[in-house]
Order: sequence, then structure tokens, then C-alpha cells
Amino acid sequence: MINKRWSSAALLGLLTATTLAGPVPALADDRAEPPSEPPRVQLVLDVSGSMRATDIDGRSRISVAQQAFGEVVDALPDETQLGIRVLGATYQGKNKQQGCLDTQQIVPVGPVDRTQAKAAVATLRPTGFTPVGLALREAAKDLGAGTTARRIVLITDGEDTCAPPDPCQVARELAAKGTTLVVDTLGLAPDEKVRRQLLCIAAATGGTYTAAQSAEDLTDRLKQLVDRARDTYATTPAKVDGTNACPGAPLLSPGVYTDRESFSEHRWYRVPVRPGQELRASVSIALDRPVNPDHGVLLRATTADGRELVRGVDAGSGRTDVVSTGLRWSAGDDVERPEASDPTPEASASSAVTTVCLVVSNMFSPRADTAADPGMPVELTIDVVAASSAPDGPDLGRGWVLLLLLTLAGLLTGLVTGLLTRWWVATWRN
Amino acid sequence: MRIRWATAAALIAAGVALTPGTALAAPTPTPSPGAVTVTRAGTSYLTATPVAAGQPVRVAASTGEHLYWSFPAAAGEVHEITAAVTLAQNRNGRSTWTVEVFDGLRRRQACTAGAQTPTADAAARTVGISCTMRRVRPWAEPWSGDPLPGTYYVRLAVVDVPEPDLGLPIDVDLLVSTTDDAGSSADDGRLEAALVPPTNAGTVLDAEPTVAPEGDGDDGWDLSLTGWLPEAGSRWIWTTGGGMLAAVAGVVGFALTRRPATR
Repeated sequence: MINKRWSSAALLGLLTATTLAGPVPALADDRAEPPSEPPRVQLVLDVSGSMRATDIDGRSRISVAQQAFGEVVDALPDETQLGIRVLGATYQGKNKQQGCLDTQQIVPVGPVDRTQAKAAVATLRPTGFTPVGLALREAAKDLGAGTTARRIVLITDGEDTCAPPDPCQVARELAAKGTTLVVDTLGLAPDEKVRRQLLCIAAATGGTYTAAQSAEDLTDRLKQLVDRARDTYATTPAKVDGTNACPGAPLLSPGVYTDRESFSEHRWYRVPVRPGQELRASVSIALDRPVNPDHGVLLRATTADGRELVRGVDAGSGRTDVVSTGLRWSAGDDVERPEASDPTPEASASSAVTTVCLVVSNMFSPRADTAADPGMPVELTIDVVAASSAPDGPDLGRGWVLLLLLTLAGLLTGLVTGLLTRWWVATWRN
Repeated sequence: MRIRWATAAALIAAGVALTPGTALAAPTPTPSPGAVTVTRAGTSYLTATPVAAGQPVRVAASTGEHLYWSFPAAAGEVHEITAAVTLAQNRNGRSTWTVEVFDGLRRRQACTAGAQTPTADAAARTVGISCTMRRVRPWAEPWSGDPLPGTYYVRLAVVDVPEPDLGLPIDVDLLVSTTDDAGSSADDGRLEAALVPPTNAGTVLDAEPTVAPEGDGDDGWDLSLTGWLPEAGSRWIWTTGGGMLAAVAGVVGFALTRRPATR
């Protein structure tokens, strides 16, 4: 009796210790490997004739940009590789066809020689046309292909004077190519047309748009964007192509994926889930083009034969960058066991692993002039973790009612036992 | 425990309904002493800047940007997000701002209190946003959308703004604070893995994986004591105390039935 009590006390202590030292939720996932390449940024500066205008704090736009570039180069983090490309810097003639090919890289993307880069920027004189589309295309080429995200910062004061190619269309093409490319745009004293164009370019690539109204604004923002490139360039998803039906859909392992989905299109994926595991999936669809205000996204998990397991849905209205939803699913304890009558090991093994089909659909409605191709960017996160079991009912009790009940029960038992004893003693005596 | 929370919540709700002044007089959240100010913000879920509860955020941004932060939450906690956006001058019209909260699976989380989507007039200099989240639960069914331990994402953005005002500079002050922590009880279950999303690039598998044949050891006796013993907690103490009281009461009851001793 004493031994038992002692052992349960020790057990109690042990249990308390394990509960206290329970797992703490981690903030960052340690599965992400450190990237092997440095962050890369390309600054694209408009040096067209309109940059001569003196309307920023009484200084010319180009001198403000030159000063900002100088400060950014000085404050550049060591590991960041920076390149500078200009457009409209050399051709002085009137021939539009020739002027619209006028874009050069004055500082190649790589480790920066600060003096040389600043000297190259200081000699720029506002000259020619504004071939923004071509410059973006070339800038993307300069950055090269790789696994990490690349950033282009476009600084301009005027509308593209060389369309086609339409710069916004170029941005969308570049974003759809596979390498993660983000174009941040900065408008110097922008008018309505420039703002529309820069907003479109930024939205198409998941970048940002800023209207710089002072030299300080421009410098601070440029520094922030270059820093952001260093902070966030390493997180790039893998590219995958979903199919239009579950059979033959790509089999995904835990990780982040990216895909493209057009209006009213369905994209299917498959995820193998072992017994005792829980599937977690989340999806985000980006609104990279103008659509009607109301929108939604639906993520459904089904079995291979089409039975729905669980769905995640979100909808909204108005301005947003991405619409996202997620779901959890686990087979649970009552999953059907594979038929014992089937002797082939292959069949029993495949039925032990449940292949869950995931289908992503969107509820965006395009405007009359919205391009459908390429589709909108889809980001899919898949995780398979240990399933959590439902809590059982507690075996022990708690509370004053319990104490009262137990006391009353004890008292009653004592009384009954006492009365019985009295009756028995009386009978025995007689 | 749950009943007690429910009662407390009902009492608080009644109190708020009766005296709205008390809710307004609640202390404003303050950053923890010594916390380093975060001066960055991400622009997507993947690039969200991690912050801790009590760590102040101050960042310059542009109107129209979607700013992301992420913070960890544990079971039993209630988080409150407060933000103040300093707006540019000479704006063209009213703008509506919002702070949205998503869990580790990017599922939208409800705000139980606070001005989540305030509108600023054209002349307003600042706009205050706040959101009190639901209490994080230690476990929930996979089919439910209840808040669970893990990473949470905060997205701050303007949802309605005249187009000419896009791109104007703003300053954002944000603070995520833990306003209440009830801890977690073992009775309410436990999530095996917190909702922390993977950030690594995935790989497409070539073939369906097969499960290695399991040994027959599963059908044997489960000798580990932790399997059937209830988990440690106050229930042990209550039940043991109840047993002792019952024993004493039993003795008292037995003694009551004794005839007074005849000497």
C-alpha cells in the first residue's frame, strides 16, 4: 500500500516535469536551408528628357535621383549585389525607333565598386525617350536566372513613350517566367498616367509603388527597398504545374510551391498522407491585375474518388494583394483498415497511404479589359505532420461539488456501515 | 475550467454592456521594457517580419502597400494588435484602413473587439487600428477554424483609398501584445505540431510513397504507465482531497451510529 502510494507520487512528479518542459511553438521553421547566392538588386533609372524638370524641392529630378543613388550606394550592405541600368541616357536624336532602344547597364550586377558606381551615376545627363518596357526586360536578363528572388527598382518620372511593348505587360510576362522577380516602382512627381502605369507594373509582380515628393522620401525609400531585397530574397517557392483532374496531378511533399491559375480554372494536386498523419495545406492567390471588387478562393481536399474531406474558403471585397485560405485534415482513428483478404503487398501498402487530392479554384471576375493569360500567381504551402488525437474525457475530478459529493458519500457509507454493525452486533449478542 | 471561462466571459460581456466606460478605460497596451523596435515589414506571407509580443514596430511605408508581420502564439493566450498609421498631408479623400489576422494556415481569424477597419477623413493626421483576437485553444478538430498555437500573420493595408493618394508616404506604429494568458489544461487536448508553416521550397514526388510493413508489436501489452494514468494536474489534488474527506466523513458517520459508551 505504502509502496504504491510512493510510486504514484514519484510518477506524479515526473509527469509534472514533462508537462512543464513541453514544446514551445517555434517562430521560424528550421527546415529552410541557407541560400547559396547573394541577394541581387537592379536599379533602373529613367534619364529621359523630362528628368530635367526642376520641381522637387526646387531641384531637378535627375539631381535628386543622383543624390539618392549616391547615398544608397554608400549605405549598401556588403553582401548585396547591385546593378544600375539607365534608359534614355544617350540618344539625342528624334528618331523614335532608335530612341526606344536606348538602354544601357552602367553598373553590372555584382559586388559594387562604390566610387566607380557613384561616378557613373554622376555623369548622367537627361536626354532621350522612355523605353520602360525594354529596360525592364533587359534588367531581368541582367539579374540572371537563379533560385532566389530578384528585385528591380524602377525610378521614373514619365510615361513609357515607346509602347509596344507595354511595360505592364512586360512585367506580367517576366513575373510568369518562373524566377521570382519583384519590381518596385518609384514615381518622381508623377502625374495620373505615370501613376497608373507604375501601379500596374508593381501589382503585376507583387511589388510596391511609391510617389516620391522630396529628395528625402526618395533616398529613404530606395534604402528600404534595397534592405528588403536582402531580408527577403531567400524565400522562393518551387514551381509546379497543377493539372485539371486528380489522376495524374503532381504529388507534393511538404514545402512551398507556386503555380498560375486563370479565371474559373481548377488546379489539382495530390499529397500522400500516411495513417497517423495530418495534412495541412494553405493557398494564396494574388490579384496581380484589375478585377471586379468581389473575390474569393476555395481550397478543397477530396479522396481519389471525389468524396470531399474538408474545404477552406475565404472571400472578400475591395482592394487586397492576396486572398488566402487553408485546411487541416487527418485520417482519424476510424480509418478503414486495408482488406486483409488482399494478399498482394503492393495493394495493401498503397491503401495504407491515403492520397488526398487538393483542388484550388478562384472566384475572381475579370473586367472587360483584363488579360486572362498568364494566370494569376498561386502560392501553395503543404505540410504533413503528426496527427493530434482528440482529448479523452478526464479520469479524475475537480471542484467543490466533487468534494461535497465524495464527503456525503463517505458519510453515508459510514452511517450505513455503523448501523449495519450495530444491527449485526445486536443479533450476535442475542 | 471551460465553464469558468464561459462564466467569466459572460460576466465581462454583461459588464461591458452595462458600463461601456469601463471598456474604454482599459489600460492601453505598452511595449515590454527593453524590447528592440522592429523597423521592417514583409510584403507577403513568406517574407513576413517576425515580431514577438510586446515588441514595438515602427516602419515607414507607402499608402497601398500590404505590410506583413508574424508572431508566435501559445495556447491560452489572448493577443491584441494595436496600430497607429500616420498619414500624409494634402490627401484627396477618405481612406479606410484595416488590420487582418491570419493563422499559420493563412485562415482568416476573427477580431472579438477593436476598430479593425477605421476610416480616416481627408484631414485626419493619424488613424488608430486595433484588434483583439480570440483565445488560442490548445486543440481543435481539423475541420474547425479555431485559433491554435503557432504562427500568426498580421496584414496591415489600406482597403479603400482615392487612387491619387496611392504611393504617399505613411508611418506605421504597431504593437502585438498578450493581454491575457490562461495557460492550457491537459483536459483540453494538445496539438502535436504547432501551426508553423514550412518555408522551404517543396519537391514534386515521382511516385507514391509506400509504408514500411509495421511490426506486430502494436497488439502487445502497453506497459507504459503514462498511457493509462491521467495526466498530472489539479484533478489529482482535488480527487485525492475528496477521497480523504470521504474517509473522514465515513469515520464520522460510523461514530455517529455508536451508542454512547456505557461505562
